Amino acid sequence: MHRSICDFLMDMVQNSFEAGSSAVIVHVSQNDSQFEITAADDGCGMDEQELAQAQDPFYSGKGKHDHRKVGLGIPFLAQTASMTGGSFEIKSVKGMGTSVTCTLMLEHVDTPPVGDLASTFRALLSYPGDCELVIHRSLDADGIQHGYQLVRSELRQVLGDLHSSDSLNLLKDYIVSQELSLQQQDRGA
Amino acid sequence: MAKMTLEELRALRENKRKELDKRDLSGKTMQVVIGMGTCGIAAGAKETLDAFLKDIDEHNLSDVTVTQTGCMGLCYVEPTIEVIVPGMPNVIYGKVDPDVAKNIVREHLISKKMVSDHVFDRPAADIMDRGGK
Repeated sequence: MHRSICDFLMDMVQNSFEAGSSAVIVHVSQNDSQFEITAADDGCGMDEQELAQAQDPFYSGKGKHDHRKVGLGIPFLAQTASMTGGSFEIKSVKGMGTSVTCTLMLEHVDTPPVGDLASTFRALLSYPGDCELVIHRSLDADGIQHGYQLVRSELRQVLGDLHSSDSLNLLKDYIVSQELSLQQQDRGA
Repeated sequence: MAKMTLEELRALRENKRKELDKRDLSGKTMQVVIGMGTCGIAAGAKETLDAFLKDIDEHNLSDVTVTQTGCMGLCYVEPTIEVIVPGMPNVIYGKVDPDVAKNIVREHLISKKMVSDHVFDRPAADIMDRGGK
């Protein structure tokens, strides 16, 4: 199992990047009791057999690591959701894309901590390549939803690049300010 | 911290760029590439990435790019990173936790010396004997 929910999020979105997607849409929503992540991409997708293999920890896709006999990303996620009372769903259409949704119960003793969302969003937004990434982050309190959105192409245009240390440190400040404001709105709700 | 707008972010980036334009950095770009496969993530590569960016900023280093890649094939010594500095051999370091990241910034990026205890690939033994020069 990964050490934080954010580590699962990293793994999920990187799978989408590595599927040759041109766009990945991520929803990260949370209320008092549960944390839900959805990552939907328009990448290569999987047929029924590939989908079953992706959920098998003793299978690794071709091309990434010749000779390797394990592939732990998706099995880690499914196992963690299952053992903590949450849920996991993966849907895929060959040639069309894949959507993965995972819900984790925050009050379960074995659910890992959320982790550092701002750092995770920064790491995902700065992943190499031209794939568009849109992150919708929301918090629900008493039926009222607050949120913010991060769009990779927009941030790259504002910062000029998403790989220099100067840009990445400013990006972190920006995301932290969005997250803090969201937490304050949530407390005020 | 007040909620920052995209325009405020753009203005901060412009100020940084104006500072950089005052220095001659052509051909001096250093690169840190962080392995962010499942193995790297599980071993704490995201914390390593954060540590590099924080330390690079604290040392006021300019023109360093910090990028990510997948698994480098050295899962047994994750987190792994590659450092590319003009005039030095490319080096893959292993077991790079945030403390080791600090050392790499101080020794490799600033003092241009390898952190020998954590070199796991690339330089030949004779290069290591000369401290990476």
